[in-house]
Amino acid sequence: MPTTFFGWVSFLIERYGSLYLKGTANTILVAITGTIIGFAIGLLVAVVRTIPLRDEFGIVKKVMIKIARALLVIYIEVFRGTPMIVQAMVIFYGAQQYLGLDMPVTTAAIFIISINTGAYMAEIIRGGIISVDIGQTEGAHSLGMTHWQTMSNVVLPQAIRNIMPSIGNEFVINIKDSSVLNVISVFELFFTAKSAAGTYYKYFEAFFIAAVIYLMLTFTTTRILRYVEKKMDGPENYTMLPCLHADISVLAKRKPSLYSHKGKGGGN
Amino acid sequence: MAYNIEVHHLRKDFGPNTVLKCIDLAVSPGDVVCIIGASGSGKSTLLRCINQLEQHTDGTILFHGVDIKTPGFRIAEYRARVGMVFQQFNLFYNMTALENCVVGQMKVLSRSRAQSEEKAKLYLDKVGMLPFSNAKPRQLSGGQKQRVAIARALCMDPEVLLFDEPTSALDPEMVGDVLEVMQELAKSGLTMLVVTHEMAFAKDVAHRVVFMDEGVIAEDDTPEVIFNNPTQQRTKEFLRRILRPKEPSA
Ligand SMILES: Nc1ncnc2c1ncn2[C@@H]1O[C@H](COP(=O)(O)OP(=O)(O)OP(=O)(O)O)[C@@H](O)[C@H]1O
Ligand SMILES: [Mg+2]
Repeated sequence: MPTTFFGWVSFLIERYGSLYLKGTANTILVAITGTIIGFAIGLLVAVVRTIPLRDEFGIVKKVMIKIARALLVIYIEVFRGTPMIVQAMVIFYGAQQYLGLDMPVTTAAIFIISINTGAYMAEIIRGGIISVDIGQTEGAHSLGMTHWQTMSNVVLPQAIRNIMPSIGNEFVINIKDSSVLNVISVFELFFTAKSAAGTYYKYFEAFFIAAVIYLMLTFTTTRILRYVEKKMDGPENYTMLPCLHADISVLAKRKPSLYSHKGKGGGN
Repeated sequence: MAYNIEVHHLRKDFGPNTVLKCIDLAVSPGDVVCIIGASGSGKSTLLRCINQLEQHTDGTILFHGVDIKTPGFRIAEYRARVGMVFQQFNLFYNMTALENCVVGQMKVLSRSRAQSEEKAKLYLDKVGMLPFSNAKPRQLSGGQKQRVAIARALCMDPEVLLFDEPTSALDPEMVGDVLEVMQELAKSGLTMLVVTHEMAFAKDVAHRVVFMDEGVIAEDDTPEVIFNNPTQQRTKEFLRRILRPKEPSA
């Protein structure tokens, strides 16, 4: 048996290395899918919540929009207002006992993280949508774009760029907070560490390894996200195109302007 | 006489404030109407009601005789035919100049990319902005942005274009460029409603000048009458105020 701290750490790695790897893989899987699905949910919720109510909509459409808005507010309040660890218990055992639904734990884990993340994302994305200049929406509407077209082509690309740091933050939170899912026995990193620790009562060493892995995951994630943000901003410069038929260009004519403005030293 | 846009007894309230009171206005194809008036008189609000960025409180707006508030009225199609050019340009920041001109055509008019780009390049060239096709709005000056915004609106083949102080946010030396583009458009027979503080433009290019004061149309006549012989006292006062700074150089 090892006698030093590092001795125990390498012993546990040797013994449970593949277990740790599997736990890490599961943590990544649950965090990534949960964040992506949560993002999709948040997007949908935010876009529906921002549908404007217009006079010419029929009464049915108006009532449906209002009901949808109310339901979405309830969803957001409930999932932001309760801890994920409690949501996990309620959903997992609720589904088992009352719906006769025996979900595989990984499916349950992804479901819970997604729906929880969705509630947070909805508010983040709504904030992002609101932060985009109203002129962008008006410009799109003035061309005849619908709410959906305006959102998908103009507002969301800008909103998402602006909230990339918050989205990344949600992802990092999910990497860490997926650990609470060990209460429904999801085989993720925390659960692995608990199993590894139990046999030899080496809690400090086993969780030290987990901590290092968590840190490596979150650190890499933040770097990757920063790189993605840079990519989204596009090139700093543009290339000039040649003027094809300069002669029909209004400005190419350059006749003395009728509208020489005050700033040009006043008419003669 | 067939009008393309008719406004009848239009009223617009913002909360307790009535900003437009009983506006009546009719525009025929090919008309170039300049709207002038003091700040806060409701000029922008009128344009914004016409293309429904604001919903009016009362009265009717007819497009080729059809009330645009008829249930089921295709507001998106209507807006594609009644374009708007804004004081603050409102170009899409996430797109290049070319994409700005392409996106509406593809999404709203279902044109192919090739078709849309061809038209976009045609109009970008017309406003002298073709060389900047690949530039993002943040890389352009105010006057350049406004010319791209005009090209973007023209790409939809609108029959009416609304301009809300298109030159007010520009540096003085950029104003002429944009006004020249607009003058060309007026000559080409496009129906235009132009809110402007450029009195020289209104005098030379408009067929009609509408003077607004405190939410009503105080006078609606030819530029000759409005600028030389206004019948209303308040029109006279407004013009005296606004034209005075230029008098010494005359
Ligand atoms: N969204 C709004 N909410 C409340 N009041 C508004 C709103 N938009 C405009 N107003 C008010 O309506 C009045 C008319 O505004 P409007 O912008 O139409 O004036 P304008 O003639 O275009 O003035 P300017 O020449 O300064 O652009 C103003 O008193 C303004 O404060
Ligand atoms: Mg205005």
